[in-house]
Amino acid sequence: MAVKKATTQPKSQPERIDIPVNKTYKIFINGAFPRTESGRYTEIKDARGEFLANVCLSSRKDFRNAVVAARGAQQSWQYRNAYNKSQIAYRIAEMLHQKEGLFVAEMVQMGYTAQQAGKEFNQSVDLLVYYTGWCDKYIQVFSAVNPVASSHFNFSVPEPTGIVAALANNKSALLGMVQAVIPAICGGNTVVALASETYPLCAVSFAEVLATSDVPAGIINILTGKRAELQSHFASHMDVNALIAWDISTADQVNLVKVAAENVKRTHFYESEKTDETGPEYIMDLQEIKTTWHPIEVISGSSSGY
Amino acid sequence: MYTNPVITSPLIDTTMKTSPAKWNLDPAPESTDHIAIQKRYDLFIGGKFVAPAKKKYFKTINPATEEVLSEIAEADASDVDRAVKAARKAYNEVWSVMPAASRGKYIFRIARLLQERAREFAVIETMDGGKPIRESRDVDVPLAAAHFFYYAGWADKLAYAFPAKTAKPLGVVGQIIPWNFPLLMAAWKIAPALAAGNTVVLKPAETTSLTALKLAELIRDAGLPDGVVNIVTGAGETGKALVGHKDIDKIAFTGSTEVGKMIQRSLAGTGKKLTLELGGKAANIIFEDAAIDQAVEGIVNGIFFNQGHVCCAGSRLFVQESVASEVIRRLKHRMASLVTGDPLDKNTDVGAINSRQQLETIQKYLALGKKEGLEMFQVNGSTPTKGFWCKPTLFTDVAQSSIIAREEIFGPVLAIQSFRTIDEVIDKANNTPYGLSAGVWTDKGSKVFNLTSRLKAGVVWANTFNKFDPTSPFGGYKESGFGREGGMHGLGAYVNLS
Repeated sequence: MAVKKATTQPKSQPERIDIPVNKTYKIFINGAFPRTESGRYTEIKDARGEFLANVCLSSRKDFRNAVVAARGAQQSWQYRNAYNKSQIAYRIAEMLHQKEGLFVAEMVQMGYTAQQAGKEFNQSVDLLVYYTGWCDKYIQVFSAVNPVASSHFNFSVPEPTGIVAALANNKSALLGMVQAVIPAICGGNTVVALASETYPLCAVSFAEVLATSDVPAGIINILTGKRAELQSHFASHMDVNALIAWDISTADQVNLVKVAAENVKRTHFYESEKTDETGPEYIMDLQEIKTTWHPIEVISGSSSGY
Repeated sequence: MYTNPVITSPLIDTTMKTSPAKWNLDPAPESTDHIAIQKRYDLFIGGKFVAPAKKKYFKTINPATEEVLSEIAEADASDVDRAVKAARKAYNEVWSVMPAASRGKYIFRIARLLQERAREFAVIETMDGGKPIRESRDVDVPLAAAHFFYYAGWADKLAYAFPAKTAKPLGVVGQIIPWNFPLLMAAWKIAPALAAGNTVVLKPAETTSLTALKLAELIRDAGLPDGVVNIVTGAGETGKALVGHKDIDKIAFTGSTEVGKMIQRSLAGTGKKLTLELGGKAANIIFEDAAIDQAVEGIVNGIFFNQGHVCCAGSRLFVQESVASEVIRRLKHRMASLVTGDPLDKNTDVGAINSRQQLETIQKYLALGKKEGLEMFQVNGSTPTKGFWCKPTLFTDVAQSSIIAREEIFGPVLAIQSFRTIDEVIDKANNTPYGLSAGVWTDKGSKVFNLTSRLKAGVVWANTFNKFDPTSPFGGYKESGFGREGGMHGLGAYVNLS
């Protein structure tokens, strides 16, 4: 079980009383698990309405700290080779897969049926393996050598946009978080993601998976808290390059883009019901195309080209 | 170490003093008798030139002479509505249902007609915008034709551009373009939009509408179905009406970052697609191992091309400290032989500033630079008494914090800084909200790729600068906008994928 309850009252004096040592659900910033600096929390109740756990109500300051961590880690992550990035993504899948019991139990406690939980867990692992494969391929698929009409070698390649702020799908405990962070990091970005408000526990456990998956500190940062409180900060931060968000109402989209435009953020709003979670477009939404020119020597009027 | 070849021409001042080498060039004006500019231009809607609803017109002038060239219709919201309706009708009834290969053939025709009339377009472009005829003749017009020619061929090959996806046109596209490359920007916008199966309502900039209207004539001559391309002229209000029109599916905007942000905000929640090509403050980086004379040519081309009215202009020059004085000395020498004056003269290197308003903006920055205590350099020599002029200008020993190094001036004004290490110059180069372009000059291949991969810019020129091609994607990082124009990637701006 994810969160265990001490239900059996001892009748006599046994050798050892099984009082569960439950986990404190904390947030994940720069590879560490601090509590929110605000000291605020919210109670998560189980399907029967009983106390399950407290989770952090992250503040604007937590978000800003996470962005600093993400910025600090971005360059070195971008320049890790694609093979290395893909191995780290695969390592996340390995670490996640061995904890099936934990994640399924958490989902069930938060109200999933066992069948739903098992299905979403498997989808999450599969999605990780799927994007593992993209790390060293999307650049080939979306690059070009351009046949310019002059003596230049000219090519275009995708490069990461930079720092991505993600508002994960509220309706999903695990898959939504994987979807929010993995395409971004496979493309060399670093991420600050807000967990599902409804099902926050698995996001924290997923952070614990990340912490043991050779993912360098700061690449993925995960906060729990209230979307309504944090989303405008996600959209307005001047050192964030892109905002991705699931299931945002039109009215909220207007409000978010209003502030996001201040630094011409790339904004992508997805609908969890409509969209297939696979496809390289989730990577490419967070990429910039860079074109490089270099002259080719021209001797005696003859030139080569591409 | 690079050594300067011996130059024997008597025209060149081999002492390389900064005093101007006197080039006594005879006037070589391009003839204007073969071109036709009407006294008045109406809006091009539904395949016809029609008067604006309010019957209002504004004057367009030659910025080199301040003479009125023509009167241009000012489109209001009702005119924009008519244009969008015409575009929608053409989209539904003709353009979206036509075989893709036929669409391509129409676009090829535009390219060919433009090549035929290239000289006329070049002369009008120079008269209306102030750019040297050498540039409009050798760059703007040929590239515009090449752009149509390139995208024409994509019309029936879209499936190859988007692996595992089906590309569908968006519908009616609203396009707003700037005054620095009027015809070329129209081509950059119209060609990929049409190839992908969209119809277009295009708004040129108010100071440079003429070549877009001549292009409308040409599109009519090419026999394009009525309403596939519509041109509405006017200023900011016309653009606003276009952006705000409910039946537009996408806006493509090239212009200032400030207006780009406003458009991004105003489209929020509408479902309209958007691509933005905005301002820039490009770093042009010269290393000590660069071929210095080539680099100096690159600096000149980077900042004085089109009077510096270029969003990707190399307006921040970073020179490695060990060669800084040498580079600046040669640069000043080279500047002394730049000819500033009559844009129609084939010897002219630097033409007229596009408008009085832009000249005032540039002058404001020159004053601010001097006020900051920066050293300003301009070559001696006079400029014509009429028209809007700014001589090529340098500021040396500029600080990162200087307004001259931070803000886009959009004029022939270069801010020079020096650096010692690669990491230092990369930090300085990337320390800007913009990210459109950058330049690197070095003889070392590994250094080129180190720099080009670390500079946060959409276009990086190594040992060259300000090169453009229809096959080459162009567009920015960060506040320089999003989306690409040109190449296969440029098609992505005009399709829905499923």
